[in-house]
Amino acid sequence: MLDYSEKVIEEFRNPKNMGEIKDADGIGQVGNPTCGDMMWIYIKVRDGILTDVKFKTFGCVAAIATSSKVTQMVLNKPIDEALKITNKAVAEALDGLPTVKMHCSLLAEEGIKAAIEDYFKKKDKKEG
Amino acid sequence: MREIYLDYNATTPIDPRVTEAMAPFLSDRFHNPSSLYQKSKITKKAIEDSREKLATLIGAAPKEIIFTGGGSESDNHAIKGIAFSLMKKGKHLITSSIEHHAVLHTCKFLEKIGFDVTYLPVDRYGIVNPDSVRKTIRDDTILVSIMYANNEIGTMEPIKEISEITREKGVIFHTDAVQAVGKIPINVNDLGVDLLSLSAHKFYGPKGVGALYIRKMLRIESLLHGGMQERGKRAGTENIAGIVGAGKAAEIAMEEMGEEKDKIKPLRDKLENELIKRIPEIIINGHPSNRLYNTLNIAIKYIEGEGMLTFLDFEGISVSSGSACASGSLDPSHVLLAVGVPIEHAHGSLRFSLGKYNNYKDIDKVIEVLPPIVEKLRSISPLWGKR
Ligand code: FES
Repeated sequence: MLDYSEKVIEEFRNPKNMGEIKDADGIGQVGNPTCGDMMWIYIKVRDGILTDVKFKTFGCVAAIATSSKVTQMVLNKPIDEALKITNKAVAEALDGLPTVKMHCSLLAEEGIKAAIEDYFKKKDKKEG
Repeated sequence: MREIYLDYNATTPIDPRVTEAMAPFLSDRFHNPSSLYQKSKITKKAIEDSREKLATLIGAAPKEIIFTGGGSESDNHAIKGIAFSLMKKGKHLITSSIEHHAVLHTCKFLEKIGFDVTYLPVDRYGIVNPDSVRKTIRDDTILVSIMYANNEIGTMEPIKEISEITREKGVIFHTDAVQAVGKIPINVNDLGVDLLSLSAHKFYGPKGVGALYIRKMLRIESLLHGGMQERGKRAGTENIAGIVGAGKAAEIAMEEMGEEKDKIKPLRDKLENELIKRIPEIIINGHPSNRLYNTLNIAIKYIEGEGMLTFLDFEGISVSSGSACASGSLDPSHVLLAVGVPIEHAHGSLRFSLGKYNNYKDIDKVIEVLPPIVEKLRSISPLWGKR
């Protein structure tokens, strides 16, 4: 097996915030051209704060662990802070990832950003 | 926690009788077999005894066996050796798209230095069509190399039919039989092959030792030049302990192969049937019947293999996967792609390969723990809900 940190393994074994949000305010659907994996992030926003975040992921151990981690990192955070999340920060929060698995954490960053983007798009439409 | 080892196609544990046979050659029987004093006769004789045992296992004459550093070296030796000795006659080689990397990467290397290689496709079960071999042979074809049994999906190739064609056309035929030797009865003369690769650690022998069968009178260039060991075909002081271990493993396989099959096949069949029953939407990769009796390769749709493998590992169960994410190179298994498994399904592939130390308890444990693992991963998968 790859040399995953204990935190990655723990996160993978007991992922948090998995599932969907039925009436999500934003949904980010991102894919990974490297190996064909997928991550969907659902968010609920209230007063500029991410009050709920959920994920669904089709991917490896690192992809699932980073999905779970990123949802916890942005939960209850203001949008502008969530937008600053980088894949490096997610990987670091898990004590790092094997080099071949760094690209999986990219999905986590992109997923959150895509969900927020979607939220703004929907909001513009509503208000527009 | 007891390990449930289900990765015998990767390697096997050493049979304790093999370890025992090797032990003296790792202590006082250390003498160089090429030396001239009395003591070196012991090591020399040990090598020749082993050669005889390996020859018996595949129906060859002892003189037709050379010891190598393993299956990969045997494949390299067979392919480069023929390429280099016949390059004046021609530069075309034929192989299949599902060979082991020891064959494929050797062929790629030869292409780089000016040889021409045809990689034959396989059908959806992984079988090479002998007719396509016939059609691909040209005047400048010098070697056909087709594996006996595939390591990932277990499919067995029509070696005899292919050898009839290569014989008729006067082309040399090599088979990589690393996964077959020790598991099923093999006779090189019945098969009609000119070269055959085998590896000891696939049948309860030590790692780092294999053999190449070279048909009598066949001229082949050496890979390693130096001393006159192995009749000048493979220089270097012999790995005596390894060779003795390989011989002992061959002897045991010869005697117990039938028993092993009778024990292992029902275990594999139970695993296969129960998983099909308990997990919806799975696919069996490889040939339904013409397949190694110890191998089960399945694709579990909508989830990824590394995750499953890791959850199984938490339970002490060791298996492998052809998933891109599990490969390190991020390429899905070339074998699964060649048999037409779509990339998404290659993603969810798991290989179980059983061996003689498995029992029903092992299988029951897998049957019990795998379905909830699949369910959990599917509940996280965006593809499962949207199928
Ligand atoms: S998602 Fe494929 S390697 Fe991580």
